[in-house]
Amino acid sequence: MGHEAGNRELIAFRVGRQEFCINVMMVREIRGWTGATELPRTPRYVKGVINLRGAVLPIVDLAQRLGLPGTEPTARNVIIVVQIGHQQIGLLVDAVSDILAASDAEIQVAPDLASDLVKNFVKGLLPVEGRMISLIALDNVLPASELEAA
Amino acid sequence: MSTTVLTVDDSRAMRDMLRHSLVAAGFRVLQAEDGMHGLEVLAQETPDVIVTDINMPRMDGFGFIEAVRKDEARRAVPVLVLTTEVDAAKKQRARAAGATGWIVKPFDPVKLVEAIRRVAA
Amino acid sequence: MQDPMAEIRATFFQECEEQLAALEAGLIAMESGASEAETVNAVFRAVHSMKGGAGIFSLDALVRFAHVFETALDKVRSGDLTATPRVVGIFLRAADVLADLVRAARDGGAVDEQRTAAMAAEFEHLDTPGDAVAPLAEDGVGSWEIVFSPRAELYAKANEAALLLRELGRLGEARVTLDTSRLPDLEAIDPEGAYLSWNISLQSDCDEAEIRNVFEFVEDDCELTISRAGVSGFAPGTVITGDNGFKFEFFAPMMEEEPEPEPAAIPATVQAEAAAEAPRNAVVEAIAAKAESATAVSATIRVDLDRVDRMIDLVGELVINEAMLSQRVMEAGIARASGVAMALEELEHLTREIQDSVMAIRAQPVRSVFQRMPRLVREVAAQTGKQVRLLTEGEGTEVDKTVIERISDPLTHMIRNAIDHGLETPEKRVAAGKPEEGTVKLTALHRSGRIVLEVADDGAGINRARVKQKAIENGVIGTDAQLTDDEIDNLIFLPGFSTAAKISDISGRGVGMDVVRQSVQALGGRISISSRPGLGSTFTLSLPLTLAVLDGMVVSARGHTLIIPLGAIVETLKPRGQDVFPLDRDTNLLALRGGYVPMVDVAASLGYCEELLEPEQGVALLVEGEGGVRAVLLVDAIHGQRQVVIKSLEANYRAVSGIAAATVMGDGRVALILDVDAVVRQARSEGNRVDAAAMEAS
Repeated sequence: MGHEAGNRELIAFRVGRQEFCINVMMVREIRGWTGATELPRTPRYVKGVINLRGAVLPIVDLAQRLGLPGTEPTARNVIIVVQIGHQQIGLLVDAVSDILAASDAEIQVAPDLASDLVKNFVKGLLPVEGRMISLIALDNVLPASELEAA
Repeated sequence: MSTTVLTVDDSRAMRDMLRHSLVAAGFRVLQAEDGMHGLEVLAQETPDVIVTDINMPRMDGFGFIEAVRKDEARRAVPVLVLTTEVDAAKKQRARAAGATGWIVKPFDPVKLVEAIRRVAA
Repeated sequence: MQDPMAEIRATFFQECEEQLAALEAGLIAMESGASEAETVNAVFRAVHSMKGGAGIFSLDALVRFAHVFETALDKVRSGDLTATPRVVGIFLRAADVLADLVRAARDGGAVDEQRTAAMAAEFEHLDTPGDAVAPLAEDGVGSWEIVFSPRAELYAKANEAALLLRELGRLGEARVTLDTSRLPDLEAIDPEGAYLSWNISLQSDCDEAEIRNVFEFVEDDCELTISRAGVSGFAPGTVITGDNGFKFEFFAPMMEEEPEPEPAAIPATVQAEAAAEAPRNAVVEAIAAKAESATAVSATIRVDLDRVDRMIDLVGELVINEAMLSQRVMEAGIARASGVAMALEELEHLTREIQDSVMAIRAQPVRSVFQRMPRLVREVAAQTGKQVRLLTEGEGTEVDKTVIERISDPLTHMIRNAIDHGLETPEKRVAAGKPEEGTVKLTALHRSGRIVLEVADDGAGINRARVKQKAIENGVIGTDAQLTDDEIDNLIFLPGFSTAAKISDISGRGVGMDVVRQSVQALGGRISISSRPGLGSTFTLSLPLTLAVLDGMVVSARGHTLIIPLGAIVETLKPRGQDVFPLDRDTNLLALRGGYVPMVDVAASLGYCEELLEPEQGVALLVEGEGGVRAVLLVDAIHGQRQVVIKSLEANYRAVSGIAAATVMGDGRVALILDVDAVVRQARSEGNRVDAAAMEAS
């Protein structure tokens, strides 16, 4: 990959049969799945909370959040801990697949076909060796308010 | 080597204020919380100028100035008194103790820096 | 980046709070007879230091008042004025005014200028008994005309005309006029020259020597004429000072008038003299001052609270990790007597000790809160016309910083209530054979891992007949209710309850004891009152020592582990089938000692499941929520009590209704802490809410 300006490092991961990526700068750590404590009155895609070295971390099932069939997590699943603003959250995914660098020019605009839910999150498409990886933004991953949760 | 100023004042706000003004003027600033503490600092360092308050716990400014004047190595260091005291008797007492100048708070940072430069020269 | 000046300003106000506390403590010590020099010095220094800082930020009103206050205190310091109870009383009220000025300067609020001025005026007559005639009676006062013209040398020696004028003002009433007639044209001005002179009319019964005394050290560096004047010898002209010359002095800093040509500001002769013969009396004084103040300072360091909190977090994790390790070791079947198990036990012991020590760093004595109470007592006493003596005990009792910040309000209400409702008027007290002055005693102590605060008064005690009557009128209890004395007393905590025949100014500020109770319970605390007719009442407030850890009951509800705050639990019981009465499909009532308490299935109310637990198969916890509202929580099982470290859900997620916070258990999993109030509230509201909640989560 090139070294020109505008390059960013991305971390790619699999959710079901799809591949997504986020900016590696957002990632704090990657860890295996541990049992989460279910929260009451919470949307299904919030799997619950886990203990991350003393902090209480909410876990979002990214598949369910993106409108795909929900994940039944096993020890093989992975939690990507990301920093969004002041908060840290864990993203439940199937596996981390790649670390790649891409320039802004390589990222294509997502076609206007996808569902509203996907459109809310997918910010661009990155073709890599015959695969299509969706670059997603995480700003709306958590429910904005209790209203949305209900 | 920049001019080193020791400030002795029991008020944190006043110390911060002095540090802020003096560092901005390029001085190296040492701080002490009262006369006793000032003497402790002086055991390690010899500043070019001392700026001290009068009313302080443990050892007040008068006692501090007298102690400085008794110290062979530091008796020549100019001492400016920075105080809210307006009592002429107190001023005379400071002078008798060996103070070099008397400045009434609130001070004008520019003038204070000027005075320090002058006595340190 | 933060504005350094804003930071210094914040530091200044923080220091002011410390000094106000020191000031009041010192004055109270003086009030009870302490007259050591260091007490007086500390009081003086507190005011003096605030004045100095206020000057930096041009807080004129504060500087002005601090100055007159300081001047009066200086008289006590120098022995010119005796600190009689009357004088100290004035000082205490002045400290209150000063506190108001500080807070107004900080928060931008307004101050009662009349009160400030009246207070300042009181200082004028400190040395005369309250009803005596002021000494500066017109007829007895002579008039002096003084002309003072400094030469350049005066300024060069670091003197200030303004200060001398101010000194003069202390001798009597000085009217100062500035004479600028010698001022040359601008281009002719020598920046180090001296062109101004002052004409002073002094109304004073002092003699000429006293006036000369003021100019003692500058007499050689100025022209000075002093003469007797006619009775109204005021020369017209530009008055550049206020009545007390005050403003001038502080806002024309000496540096502007003091261009020093030479590095050594003091002439060599003076300096030599000073070095050679430092006056003996000055040395003695300084040594005396040292001896006096030796005990005043204890070694402390200031640490950023964030650092301490970070350490508390880490220790919390250590405790959890240690618990996890223990659990794994036990699971591995290692014998209790083995070396590993014993080492582990030691580790546990050490870990707990570290946790206690770290929590102790945040612990502060309740003194800071107690110190605010004397003022409150003075104010309420004045408003009610009652005579009150405040006694305090245990002000060194330590409690976590988070708790300290939150005990002030309930304590304030308890004390207001004790004076307003508890104590009788002086007349009634005398009639009852009691001393005119009532006593309110404030006590802090540690009891079984909690802090207990007591407010006891020696007033009339609760009028139980009236309280009960009122409760019946308000429909709080039935007309035939049989209540113990204790139960009647505690009715005053019920919402909307007020026993005062007419709502008084003091306690009628929209806040009743029910609100106090609510806020106390929100902190995991309890409040109660006991009373003896004719002898007085005692409020007892108990709080956890910290809000960072919580004593909880570990329960399970349909497979979910939950923590219920111990403070909310009144008792646990095993419900019997015959005591359960279904109200509707979702709500059961439990018959309890003749009353009916709604039963809440915790798992269902949180939406974890829809099927209700058979009451007989579970365990019931009688809990008390806000305003004393009771409910029975039904869970599957109780797993014992435990102290848990409170973790916020909001930090990384958001608030979840029904859940107060989270904690991490010994197995490393997160457990949720139940918000008892929310659950009880929900149970008391519409019955179909349970249904809605269940649907919400699906």
